[in-house]
Amino acid sequence: MKIKHIKHILFAFVTIVSLASCNDNDDGRMNNEPDFSGTFVQADQMGRPAVNTVFVSANSKDAFNVTIPSDQGAMFQNMFQTNLETLSPAFSDAGDKNALGLDAATFTGLLATDVLGVSTTGTTTFFDGTNVLTGRNLSDDVISVELLLIFGGEDGTENPGLTDDHVDANDKPFLTSFPYLALPW
Amino acid sequence: MRKSKNLYWILGILLTGIALVAADHIDAPAVSGGTSDITDYFAFQGENSSNLVFAANVQGLLSPNATSTASFNENVLVEFNIDNTGDNVEDLVIQAIARNDKMYFFGPFAPPTTGLNSSIQTAAIASVVDITLYGANTITTTNQGMQFFAGPRDDPFFFDFGQFGEILAGNATGFNDPGIDTFAGTNVLSIVIEIPKNMLGGNGTLNTWVETKTN
Repeated sequence: MKIKHIKHILFAFVTIVSLASCNDNDDGRMNNEPDFSGTFVQADQMGRPAVNTVFVSANSKDAFNVTIPSDQGAMFQNMFQTNLETLSPAFSDAGDKNALGLDAATFTGLLATDVLGVSTTGTTTFFDGTNVLTGRNLSDDVISVELLLIFGGEDGTENPGLTDDHVDANDKPFLTSFPYLALPW
Repeated sequence: MRKSKNLYWILGILLTGIALVAADHIDAPAVSGGTSDITDYFAFQGENSSNLVFAANVQGLLSPNATSTASFNENVLVEFNIDNTGDNVEDLVIQAIARNDKMYFFGPFAPPTTGLNSSIQTAAIASVVDITLYGANTITTTNQGMQFFAGPRDDPFFFDFGQFGEILAGNATGFNDPGIDTFAGTNVLSIVIEIPKNMLGGNGTLNTWVETKTN
């Protein structure tokens, strides 16, 4: 009889302990749920397209990716301006501007903080002829916009051979509904 | 013969490395070609105009064959950052990470610390979606007006990067018309989130960006 009691008590005890160990878990996960613990350290970062690729010098590309956006302007604007003026020498002339009315310092000051602005109240687009940098749609021809702003001068007519790559759309149509991106090849 | 063959390969690898850097594809040595390499990022109004869509792509330039075996790395956390106060510091984050063929989503939540290091906010679990397999029907989940997807997709980026390289190298003076889309026929691994705008705060404009973080 005693042994039977002990068995029951032991069973009850084990049950309580195993339930408690589930509840005790800090993150609320049970033993069969995945482990999400640990510290994750930044590897890559991106806001606007092609920024690191075009404007950051080769030996600084990793550093740019692990700099928080609020520090990027102070750390990288000078480098962006030097590289912009090398790529498109007209920008080094005093007062030279692009189609947004931005000179080299202002344009690179905008780009060096690599975040993508997105409107929550109006049209979202990288550039649609009216709205500028209010988001980025899948179909936006962002490269031709950037080429125009880099090479096109004040009215977009300078260097006509460099301001449009003449690839104006994706190789597959996008979907009108979630998840919007086309099926893989 | 052997030497010239090696040289050919080295040259080919070099040229590929130069030619295929683009939106953010293989942008920097530490992430180039790895599972934490962000290729692209999009933020736009959804089909329902009350929603925004965030899309991040990793692991670019996958051939169809490579896509069939490509998978999200479970050590790579993808973090969508939302600044709704205009100081370029994240006020809200949405986290995505793969476990056992599923993508787990957390947030949006206000991170206890901002910056380069993150821990996963398990209490802010938003959804779990089966990662869509290559060639299979698209799987999505919904929760509290949000929608979630993870899986291979066509790379939405398009650019005649080959000709741009020729221009930079001094071998050409301009683009061709028509150009050639360097990214045609290639795939990426995509994470897509649709979320009601009223969950994101702000006064009409948000600053947003995506990060990969590894452990």
